[in-house]
Amino acid sequence: MLLALTSDQEFFRETTERFLVEQAPPNEVRRLQKDTAGFDADYWRRGAELGWTSFLVGEAHGGGTISGAGLVDLCLVAYEFGRHAAPGPLVSTNVVAGALSARDAHPDVIADLVAGTGIASWCAPELSSVPGVWVPTVEIRRDGGEVVVTGTVSPVESAGQAGHLLVTGHDGGGITQVLVPASAAGVSIEPLRTTDLTRRFGAVTFDDVRLPEEAIVGAPGEASTDVEAQFLRTLAILNAEAVGAMQAAFDMTVEWSFDRYAFGRPLASYQALKHRFADMLTWVEASHAISDAASYAIEEGSPDAAELASAAKAFIGQYGAEVVQDCVQMHGGIGVTFEHDLHLFLRRFTVDRSLAGTPGEHRQRIGAILDGREVAA
Amino acid sequence: MSAVSTEGAQIPEQLEDLESFRERARSWIGANLRPATADEMRWGRFGGSEEAELASVARDRELQRKLFDGGFAGICFPRAYGGQGLSPGHQKVLNQELVGYEYPARMQVPTLSPCATVLLEFGTEEQKLRHIPAILKGEELWMQFLSEPSGGSDVAGALTTAIRDGEQWVLNGSKVWTTGAWWSDWGLCLARTNWDVPKHRGLSVFMLPIHQSGVEVHRIEMINGSREFCQEFMTDVIVPDSDRVGEVDDGWTVGTRWMFHERMLYSSPYVSVPDGGRQAGTAATRVLGIAREHGRMDDPSVRDLVGEARMLEIVSDELMKRVTESIKSGRLSDQAAAIGRLFKGTTASRISTLALEVAGSAGAAWTDESAASETAVSFLMRQVGSIAGGTLEMARNVISERVLAMPRERTLDRDVPFRDVPRSRPTGS
Repeated sequence: MLLALTSDQEFFRETTERFLVEQAPPNEVRRLQKDTAGFDADYWRRGAELGWTSFLVGEAHGGGTISGAGLVDLCLVAYEFGRHAAPGPLVSTNVVAGALSARDAHPDVIADLVAGTGIASWCAPELSSVPGVWVPTVEIRRDGGEVVVTGTVSPVESAGQAGHLLVTGHDGGGITQVLVPASAAGVSIEPLRTTDLTRRFGAVTFDDVRLPEEAIVGAPGEASTDVEAQFLRTLAILNAEAVGAMQAAFDMTVEWSFDRYAFGRPLASYQALKHRFADMLTWVEASHAISDAASYAIEEGSPDAAELASAAKAFIGQYGAEVVQDCVQMHGGIGVTFEHDLHLFLRRFTVDRSLAGTPGEHRQRIGAILDGREVAA
Repeated sequence: MSAVSTEGAQIPEQLEDLESFRERARSWIGANLRPATADEMRWGRFGGSEEAELASVARDRELQRKLFDGGFAGICFPRAYGGQGLSPGHQKVLNQELVGYEYPARMQVPTLSPCATVLLEFGTEEQKLRHIPAILKGEELWMQFLSEPSGGSDVAGALTTAIRDGEQWVLNGSKVWTTGAWWSDWGLCLARTNWDVPKHRGLSVFMLPIHQSGVEVHRIEMINGSREFCQEFMTDVIVPDSDRVGEVDDGWTVGTRWMFHERMLYSSPYVSVPDGGRQAGTAATRVLGIAREHGRMDDPSVRDLVGEARMLEIVSDELMKRVTESIKSGRLSDQAAAIGRLFKGTTASRISTLALEVAGSAGAAWTDESAASETAVSFLMRQVGSIAGGTLEMARNVISERVLAMPRERTLDRDVPFRDVPRSRPTGS
């Protein structure tokens, strides 16, 4: 998390932290495992009142930031979500609200999303190894005054809970995005299984879904840069959340190492373990550093934003996994039981790691970005 | 210690603003320094002739003098000692403006930091006036007489002995791992002045000219052919008491700050080094060059390896900034510098392995013109970054014990006179 918060940011972070401690303690997270939606509507609405859904939305649409850097503010929420393995469709709703607001599209939907009374999901294209090139699995065809959406996207976060789906598709020549009501004829959602107790995913199929042209978001065929922006924001939120989960697991394990005695000594006194804690702290700090740097770069539209975002996703995914798994190892048997809280963070981390590109996919993208830049130079 | 911290706390209003400083630095650099040659960019490549090395040293002294005359030497050193009395922010601007130009590489570490910074913190007024301006003018190159053959990580276990003889001291012992002592002028030396107290309480720090009859400098040949490192043998070297730095037997107070500055390396605000910015020639760019030469960038597994090198480099930069900021703000103790040290060490090691992997069979045999040239030789030296300046194992001890406050390792040398501390395997066992 950021080193230097403004007093307003710190106040907001604390408010969110307090809210999550009260409303989403580990036993509540466990209870929600059996809940279809994975979160309570009232909880989400109250979170929205705190500001969770407003940071990527322009003031004209009822949004607003704390610091002027909306994505950075949102990453504070994401970090606290990670630290508490908190329920709620944070990534999907914010990314869609931001995308609609940027194109001044569907203001009524934006209003619902900001108020926390509506949920939306992004049916994103697949990654290609070439940055800036998207591979949608959906076709968006124009037919008279209508658009016809066909194809399947999987996994889609909160698909079953969303009232609206922002769909990225190819239209022959370019990339087009449309907002599809989840209730539209021809939309079907198959629930998927996941490791996280409260996150929900679905495979969404569009079977010749017909919509009026007004459903299109932005310029038809020219949505590539919008998609890039949505993608980078998704990475920033996932990274911040993953860092929060790592931090929670790490803090818990440091405490454990002082409390747990073996052979008459605390675990924290064994050099073999101390050295691993040193590595873990170093990787946790490095993850904070790269996550923050990437969020700022994305927010500011800096030329190295894509490279930093991929570096963050790749590093946090790779090294964070080692940190969290080593936390399990340090706990011993209790670390792999459902009773202990540690797995809540392992679950959240694992989902965040695997969404929007794995470490390997992002390393390849970084390689391609470096290659491209050195050609241009 | 006060000199440095007061310096950092100067009131900003008194200082030249950063943009006007940048303009001034840019125009002076453009008019006075020439663009760096490819060879200079590759400083650190070993095996050049002795004459070439001495010529480079002479050139570095000239460059340092130029910087001094131009008002750009010792940005964060007080004006009273020939510095500019400016802030770390100004140093950073200068480092950015130096990118792509020649600069006095051999003057920086260890001369300006940690040696000159230790003098600044602990030297007497007379010592500072005598040496810091001379250093900033390029007249004195300093080395650290710190490590000893008997123990690298256990610095406080120094065996080099200083015995008082009236107003002077007589030094005997051996120091090692001094880079380029054969072309340097002064040594900052940690020595034992009392064998009858526990090890940390019997040390003192001295300064001494390297080129004198009691000091014999041997050059050490490394496995990559480098002969940069030296070992010194001191026999009855006379040091006047006025060349003692800090109090008698309180050398560990000096040593602790000394090693703090040492760990800062090129992140120290007391050194001038072209900013290793993202666009500059970097380790990842070299890995990319090797991959391209073999036409392997179309191979996704190779793109992955190149991407990993770049990822580590970017994360390393960001981590260094975070650690520096955290120490400055007090979120983390000074000891957290070990976090940066650990990450840089493991990163350098991994990137060396990545380069060897990408080089394929050119890691076994190559031509001088090849981009993979010396990849394998660098790999032979891979662990240097994990040993020099304190091993990674020591860094891990520091992080776990000083940052995470975990119990210290049990030691057998704490509360006993140093004389009684076991120093080798008992004979006959």
